[in-house]
Amino acid sequence: MADTTGTATPETLAVHGEDGVRRRDFINIAAVSFAGVGAVAVVLPLVSQMAPSADVLAESSTEIDVGSIEAGQAIKAVFRKQPLFVRRLTPAEISQADKVDASSLRDPQTLAERTKEGHLDMLVTMGVCTHLGCVPLGAAEGENRGEFGGYFCPCHGSHYDTAARIRKGPAPTNLVVPDYEFTSDTVIRVG
Amino acid sequence: MSFPWARQYEPKNGLTKFLDEKLPLPRLVYGAIGAGYPVPRNLSYMWNFGVLAGFCLVLQIVTGVVLAMHYAPNALVAFGTTEHIMRDVNWGWMMRYAHANGASFFFIVVYLHIFRGFFYSSYKAPREMIWLLGVVIFLLMMATAFMGYVLPWGQMSFWGAKVITGLFGAIPIVGEPIQVWLLGGFAPDNAALNRFFSLHFLLPFVIAGVVILHIWALHIPGSSNPTGVEIKTEADTVPFHPYYTAKDGFGLGIFLLLFCTMVFFLPNYLGHPDNYIEANPLSTPAHIVPEWYFWPFYAILRAFTVDFFFVPAKLMGVLAMFAAILVWFFLPWLDKSPVRSGHYRPLFRKFFWFGLIPTMAVLFYCGGAPAEEPFVMLSQLATAYYFLHFLVILPLVSSIEKPEPLPYSITEAVLGSDKKAVLGENTTPAV
Repeated sequence: MADTTGTATPETLAVHGEDGVRRRDFINIAAVSFAGVGAVAVVLPLVSQMAPSADVLAESSTEIDVGSIEAGQAIKAVFRKQPLFVRRLTPAEISQADKVDASSLRDPQTLAERTKEGHLDMLVTMGVCTHLGCVPLGAAEGENRGEFGGYFCPCHGSHYDTAARIRKGPAPTNLVVPDYEFTSDTVIRVG
Repeated sequence: MSFPWARQYEPKNGLTKFLDEKLPLPRLVYGAIGAGYPVPRNLSYMWNFGVLAGFCLVLQIVTGVVLAMHYAPNALVAFGTTEHIMRDVNWGWMMRYAHANGASFFFIVVYLHIFRGFFYSSYKAPREMIWLLGVVIFLLMMATAFMGYVLPWGQMSFWGAKVITGLFGAIPIVGEPIQVWLLGGFAPDNAALNRFFSLHFLLPFVIAGVVILHIWALHIPGSSNPTGVEIKTEADTVPFHPYYTAKDGFGLGIFLLLFCTMVFFLPNYLGHPDNYIEANPLSTPAHIVPEWYFWPFYAILRAFTVDFFFVPAKLMGVLAMFAAILVWFFLPWLDKSPVRSGHYRPLFRKFFWFGLIPTMAVLFYCGGAPAEEPFVMLSQLATAYYFLHFLVILPLVSSIEKPEPLPYSITEAVLGSDKKAVLGENTTPAV
């Protein structure tokens, strides 16, 4: 093809148009853009396939009957394939948790903020240490409950108090309270 | 290759002539690792580890492909098929022990290879690209080894996967979605196990690709050597074959002796008994430790226990752990001394043997120890010194140090004199 930057003769005008833009430039940009959009469109499913699949998400809410838990007792349930601690606090544990000035804590929260109204004694938390994801001890009978009487993570020594708040050790935040609600007086639905 | 005196490949019979015209593969091999590749005549045994690392890669691919024939990456049966390999498959125990210990030996060899690079400053011009590609290979190796360790689906597999993917959760805002996306669920499960298997199969071939680039980049300037003086004349070199094929072959023999001792007599010495318990998402082993080859970096991860201004301790640990390796990418420009070999750098040598090496040893030990005092404090001191070494000491030393006199040439270093040096003949270095 002839030099395109030269003066516009009638002959070149037919090919280039009046503004000096070649048909070929347009086709080139259009084709590359189209291919680029196509490539991005292909990346989307490739990335998205890694996300949790429908059957994994289908397990994302769990119903638990908490009626049979006695004060001072805890159960380990499974929520999203992770341990979930449900503990009925004793009056002593509640007062121990309320005694602490929440604003002095690493992750300031009161027990009332971590439980549902009218169910101050029912502490529902993930059994996943917020440091690196180990399962803390303390839910089962006879396990080490740490210096603050709640949970203790043996991996890197995080101590949680009776409201499962971080008090000592490397964990950055309190044990996570998942979204849940009481569907009746004795049943909770988590997730 | 670049040296004008490199021997040229000459096909001798009809078949090799035919091949040389259609697909000059023998010519490539001859020039790359044969008599057509001139190598410094003074290479020590520290120069064996590249070839040994290549051997380990092949060993891992061969044993790994065999294991994949008997293993099923499904959370329900993965642990069972691993035991099936150990008990039922003919020679399965040997394949698995060779693969598991092969990973450890791969890291031993690569750590020695890197250590050689540190001491002899192999990363300096004109070999920066070889070094950068080497760091990439090391990162790929770490990813591959981590995912491979998850596959037997024992307790350490599971909790290792949980802790390491939990590191991404430390990233603010996007961390948790990334963690869930990496695992394909809220905790390691079938989805994670499947993708780890797929990637564990793929990555060794990616490594092989980068290794080819690494060797290609090496063949442009040619190997460094213990004096760090560049090759000047043909007298400074010997052909790779038979000189270094023999030397590497001897090294390989020693390597195999040690390797077979481990595989046949101490196959579980470097492993963890907890990994013979099937993965249980509801119970954490009392003492989670990664494989030994991650200990120094694990120690750095755990060294951060207090928040640093607005950056939480957990994120600091993660950043520091990655930075500990990423800093290697900048080595060629941090160490500005024109002298390569540590043998001629008195000050550098002191900081190397009495600073960096003890620091690495402390980090290594602390990474495998429980997270309690004094190990936390030791990790913190060692982590601080580690970064100090690369970011402050190396640049400083290279500017104030007075290097010892270098030999005129490799030949002089080997024979005590070089005729050309005596005559004062000015030979231009071939590049």
